[in-house]
This record gives sequence, structure tokens and C-alpha cells, in this order.
Amino acid sequence: MDYVALADRDHVLHDPQTFITKYIWSQDHKVIAIQYALTAIAIGLVALVLSLVMRLQLGFPHSFSLIAPGDYLQAITMHGMIMVVYLLTALFLGGFGNYLIPLMCGARDMVFPYLNMLSYWIYLLAVLVLVAGFFVPGGPTGAGWTLYPPQAISAGTPGASWGIICMLVSLGIFIIAFTMGGLNYVTTVLQARCRGMTLMRMPLSVWGIFTATILGLLAFPALLVSAVMMTLDAVVGTSFFMPAVVSMGRAPTHAGGSPLLFQHLFWFFGHPEVYIVALPAFGIVSDLLSTHARRHIFGYRMMVWAILAIGCLSFVVWAHHMYVSGMNPYFGFFFATTTLIIAVPTALKVYNWVLTLWRGDIHLTVPMLFAIGFIFTFIHGGLTGLFLGNVTVDVPLSATYFVVAHFHMVMGVSPILVVFGAVYHWYPKMTGRMTNDTLGRIHFWITFLGVYSIYLPMHYLGILGVPRRYFAYTTTDFPASVQQLNAAITVAALIVGAAQLILLFNLVWSLFKGTPAGSNPWRATTLEWQTPDTPPKHGNWGPKLPVVYRWAYDYSVPGAAEDFIPQNVAPSESVPAGYSHGAVG
Amino acid sequence: MTLAGAYAAVGSGVVLWGFLVSRLRARSWQTKGATGAVHEGGDTTLPAARIGLWTFLGVITSLFALFIAAYHMRMMDGMQHGDWIHFPVPKLLWVNTAVLMLASVAMQWARGAAEREALEALLGRLVLGGVLTGAFLVGQLLAWREVRDSAFFSPANPAIAFFYVLTAVHGLHLLGGLAVWARTVGRLTIRDGRALDVRLIVGLCAVYWHYLLVVWLVLFCLMLST
Repeated sequence: MDYVALADRDHVLHDPQTFITKYIWSQDHKVIAIQYALTAIAIGLVALVLSLVMRLQLGFPHSFSLIAPGDYLQAITMHGMIMVVYLLTALFLGGFGNYLIPLMCGARDMVFPYLNMLSYWIYLLAVLVLVAGFFVPGGPTGAGWTLYPPQAISAGTPGASWGIICMLVSLGIFIIAFTMGGLNYVTTVLQARCRGMTLMRMPLSVWGIFTATILGLLAFPALLVSAVMMTLDAVVGTSFFMPAVVSMGRAPTHAGGSPLLFQHLFWFFGHPEVYIVALPAFGIVSDLLSTHARRHIFGYRMMVWAILAIGCLSFVVWAHHMYVSGMNPYFGFFFATTTLIIAVPTALKVYNWVLTLWRGDIHLTVPMLFAIGFIFTFIHGGLTGLFLGNVTVDVPLSATYFVVAHFHMVMGVSPILVVFGAVYHWYPKMTGRMTNDTLGRIHFWITFLGVYSIYLPMHYLGILGVPRRYFAYTTTDFPASVQQLNAAITVAALIVGAAQLILLFNLVWSLFKGTPAGSNPWRATTLEWQTPDTPPKHGNWGPKLPVVYRWAYDYSVPGAAEDFIPQNVAPSESVPAGYSHGAVG
Repeated sequence: MTLAGAYAAVGSGVVLWGFLVSRLRARSWQTKGATGAVHEGGDTTLPAARIGLWTFLGVITSLFALFIAAYHMRMMDGMQHGDWIHFPVPKLLWVNTAVLMLASVAMQWARGAAEREALEALLGRLVLGGVLTGAFLVGQLLAWREVRDSAFFSPANPAIAFFYVLTAVHGLHLLGGLAVWARTVGRLTIRDGRALDVRLIVGLCAVYWHYLLVVWLVLFCLMLST
């Protein structure tokens, strides 16, 4: 069956007729993307509030009595898991993946729209089961986001009875949802690209999302395996992970289980997960930089290969999270080597981003500010990764605030800055209106300077040896500046947290009052900006699919009438009037 | 897992990367003036469902490979600590294996009928394949009961626990296949089969069945050999 012929049929296969099929049980990838995004942002706000509660406790331990030590552990666990899995993974792949893949590839929709719809509703179920953990007896699990056994299911750990079950079941459901979505993303990219859209003409956003999806499809099973086995340990008394321990003065029936086995399985998922979040961010930021610097991406082919190389290598670095688990030193050597090797393609990408800016016609738009901010935070987080990738440096820094600062900079702050940039960039296409520029700039500067105020001092705390996951530091030998820094970090965190309300206000306000955006306000080349309607209607392209004649980065081409040539403009054509129509000149 | 195995994994990654690089050499920044010379749409004319199935088989491979890795690691630990207690695999599993093989053969037979668009023969062979698969699953449940009633049964014995987990996960995948099978049989029964792309649907069912047979053979050999 030839795809193009099918896509150009007179009628679309699932034409929504009612409000319900259009906005609720929708099979349209754009609606599903927005459903994913809104759900992810909603649960992400819960995680944000949890982090602020934790910061209040850490910064002003004697002034607030919001939470008890057990609550702190529960907050830290839920914050981590929600941010990594339910916010970032869902937002990048379910949100941006759903919205961008068909539009950027020139397809009418995902190839399995019904499965795509199911993916969202199952994801929502996973979120609801996770949230149910807050209301079950004992509350959510407080085992830390890594859910290490034996403490995750041992009496005395918060949520060791019901909370951990909610978490494990929710993760299992999430993985089913992700698999449904992931099959769609991979198949759509491989099979449903429009005529002329070769793999090497795809925008890097699609490359990043595509590769991250493959990583997810191969890595999430490791989390599923560990979740199934730990659930059985907790519920029916098997001993996959549970060793023979005396818990609360009693010897449970478990014997001989291997907590290390769990760690291997968890991090076989956990490290690729970093790149499941990072690769879409890498791709998207490449497109933001190129578009707003009016310059082709530097080293496109190298960028594609780097994405693939990072994807492959991400499966052989997992045990650098386990240097202190007592592993064979040769293993430590091996994983330190692979970890440092993965820095090579990553550094190539950073150089190429900077070189894309070099002599570019840089427009400091709000998306561009966030993209440049990302380069700063990512270089910062990446460099501290080189510290922690070395066994001898990692061992003394392990479980300190240095680690917290590192991973927040590299896989928390950096991808979130890209999310913000991407939201500002594609909001005009999604809604037909521009966001408020002033509010966007205020949001950027508070967030950018704020995250540095939060995480830069944390490196110092870590080097001093301040351990993470502690509810309070009572009688210690740390200098008084430690507590003062903690208080300052909390103030910064509160400001950054509150600044996110500016974004939310901007998004809602602009929906009604924003300047009409036109079809291509950023004067971008990629296909999503060339749709006949803004926002694109169901089926995206009207009666005929686009045909692609060039790569996605024809900016400032010498001799061209405009400083951009859309992908669907044939070499013999000039840029038609109206392509440069938009609110931003 | 040995260090050599780890390096082999890196080596495989490098080979895979080299393969990808060799496929992705186009200088896409050079506009050649035409689309057709390079590309005529999607990278392949394979149906989406076929690509989707093979991608899904990749996911299943990852899932079972990780279960097998966990089995191996836990067994090594358990034999050291003495809590991994071998138990005789139920003889019934041999019968079940034969039944699943027959189911796979029936599916392949149905695939042949679908290729020829012999719809009446197709329906019979599909039903046979599904019934045999159902028989396999019932047989697995009986094997479960046999193990539960044996003197070896103990959830704390990881060999027993893995037996239940692996057979359950494999059985669930077969149940998923049976759901598609039931839908296909239903549509063939109540609608004109010619309106369906039976060649594609039955072909994919056959591939899925063969694959799950291979997975089962690997799991069975694993349990027999340890």
C-alpha cells in the first residue's frame, strides 16, 4: 500500500464530527499533543510545589513546620519521578513529538491515530494512579525516585505499603502508554514522510524526538521488568530484590534477593532516560537557534550522527550511577571510559550550536533567549558531568549536593529552558496568536538568573560534603555559610517558582488578547509553518500534501529574495508572497 | 555479565553506528532541483502496520532479554547464597510447546490461504491457530497448578518465581495476539473478507505467532537448562 496515495485520498480516515470526537476522544495528533502537554504541565506544577515545600524546609528549618521528615522523603520521591517521567518525557515525546512529527514530516496525522488517542488516555490513567498515591493509607512512597530496594518496600519507609504499589502500577501503565505513542512516532517518521522529505532533510527536532523514542522503546522495558518484580516482592513475598534482612526487629520471609540487580535494571532504564529527555531538547534547540539566528545549522550531518551516537552510547554508561555500589573496579573503569566517550558527540553538538550563532543575524526573540540560555546551562551541567563520570572524583561527591546541582542543571533546567523556548516558538502555530513579548522576557530573565542562583551554590555545598536527601542538618561541622546558602537558595527557588506564573498568565492571556500571528511569524523554513491554515486544521495540509525540495535550514541563502526559503519551495520558484507574513519581522 | 560482554556491547553499538552513518551520507544542504531523484515519499513502501509490528517486536525483545538477564544474574546470586532451588519443570510444558508449535504452523498455513485469497480455507485455519493457542494457554495454567501443588513451591524460591513471571508475561503477549486474532476472525465472519486486507493482517499475525514461539522456546530452554 503506497502511503502517499492513501494520504492524498479525498476524505480523511477519522474526520471528527462532534465536540467529543474533536476535543475529548480526539484522534488528531495536534489535539492529543495539547492534551499530553496540559496534563504533563498540571502534574509538573504539583512537582514544582513539592520542591518549594522542600526548599522552605531546607532553607528555614526552624521557621516552618509544613512537613515532617517522612513527608520530606515522600516529596523528594514524587518530585523526582514526576519531573523526569511524567513531565519531561511526556511533554517532549507525547506533547512536542505528537505535535511536530506529522507537521514537520508533511504527514496528515500519526499512522495509528486510534492507538495515539489510547496512548494519551492511558497516560492520564497513569497520572491518576500516581496521584492516588497521595491519598492512600501511608501516603506516597518515600523511597527516593530511584525506588531502591530493600528500603522501598520495607516497613519504616514512608509509603512502603500502598504508596509504592501506586508508584509501580502507575509506572507500568505509563510504559504501556509510552509504547503505544512510541510505535506511532517511529512508524510515522519511517513511513509517512511526504514526498521529498528524505531522512537527511528532516529537521533536527524530528531526529531528536525519533531517536529518543527508540531509546524509550528499548529502555522502558527495563523499568517495567524491575517494577513487575518489585511489585511481586512487595505483594506475594518473592525475593527477586529483597535480601534477607531484619526489618523492625522481625525477619521477613525474603531471602537472598539482589538489590544490585534492581540497580542495574533501574539504571539501564535510568541513564537512557536522561537522553530520552535530552535528545528532543537537543533537536528542538537546534531548530530554535537556526531560525532565530537566520543561519543554517552548523554541521547538520554531524548533528544527526551525534544524536545517533549519543543514543547508542547511552545504553553502555548506566553503571556510572553505581560507582559506590561496590562494583568491580574494572567495571568502574569501563563505565568511566564510556561516560567520557559520550562527552565527545555531546561536545560536538555544543560547538555546532555556538558556531551556528557565529556571524548569524541573531534576533534576540524570547525563544532565542531561552535557546541561548540552554547553551549556558547545558555546558555548565555537562562539565560537572565530567567530574562525576570519573570514579575517583565521583566517590567523595556521591550523594552530595554536587550531584543534585549537576543533574538539575543538565537534565532539569536545560531541557525545561528548551521547553519554554519551544512553547514561545510554536505557540503562534498552535493558537494563531503571539505571546506577550515583555512578559516572555521577564519570564526568561528571572528563570535564567534564578536557576543559576539556585544551582551554582549547590555545587559549593556539595564540595563541602553536604549530603542530599536530608530533612534537616542539626549538629554538624559544616560552616554557618551552609545554612545561609540554603536559605538563599530557597529564596531564589521561590522567586523562580513564582515566575512560572508569568508564563501561565502569558499563555492564557495571549490566547484571547495576543497579536494575531499569521502563518509564519518567525519566517521559518520548516513545514509546520507552511500549512494552509493557522492553527492547522484536521488533516494539516488541505487537499494536497506538500512536496519538499530542500533541507530545513535554508536561511540567508546568497542571492535569495528573502532570508529564508521554506522546504516546500522548488528551486525554480521564488518565495511566494505571504510566506513572510507575520507579526515578527 | 563480564567485562568482555560489556566491551562487545560497545563494539556492537559502534558497528550499528557505522551502519547508520553509511546510510546517512546525503549532503542535504545541496538542493539538487528535484525530489524524485532522491526520494519518493516515506522511506519505505512497507505498510505502516508492518513497520509498527516489527518495532513492537523490538520492544518485546528488549523486555524478554532484560528478564533473561535478570534471571541469569539472580540465579548466579541465588546459587551463591543457596536460595535458588532447582525444581523439575512440569512435563506438561513439553506438550504445551508442541501445541504452540502447531498453532504457529496453523497460522503460517492461514497465511498461505490469505496470500491466495482463499477466504473459506483461511477462516478455518485461523480458527485452528487460535484454538491451539488457547489450548497452549490453558496448558500453561495447568502447569502453574502443578507447580503450585508440588513440594517445591515457595514464592521465596526465585526459580519458582521466575517460572511464574516468565510464563505469565509470555502468556499476556499471546493474549494480546489473540485479541487481534479474534477481531480478524470476527470481521471475516460477519463481513466480506475481500474488503479486508487479509494478506497483511494474517501475515502480521503469523509473524507475531512465530516470534512468540521463538520467545517461548528460548524461555523453555532457559528453564530446562538451569
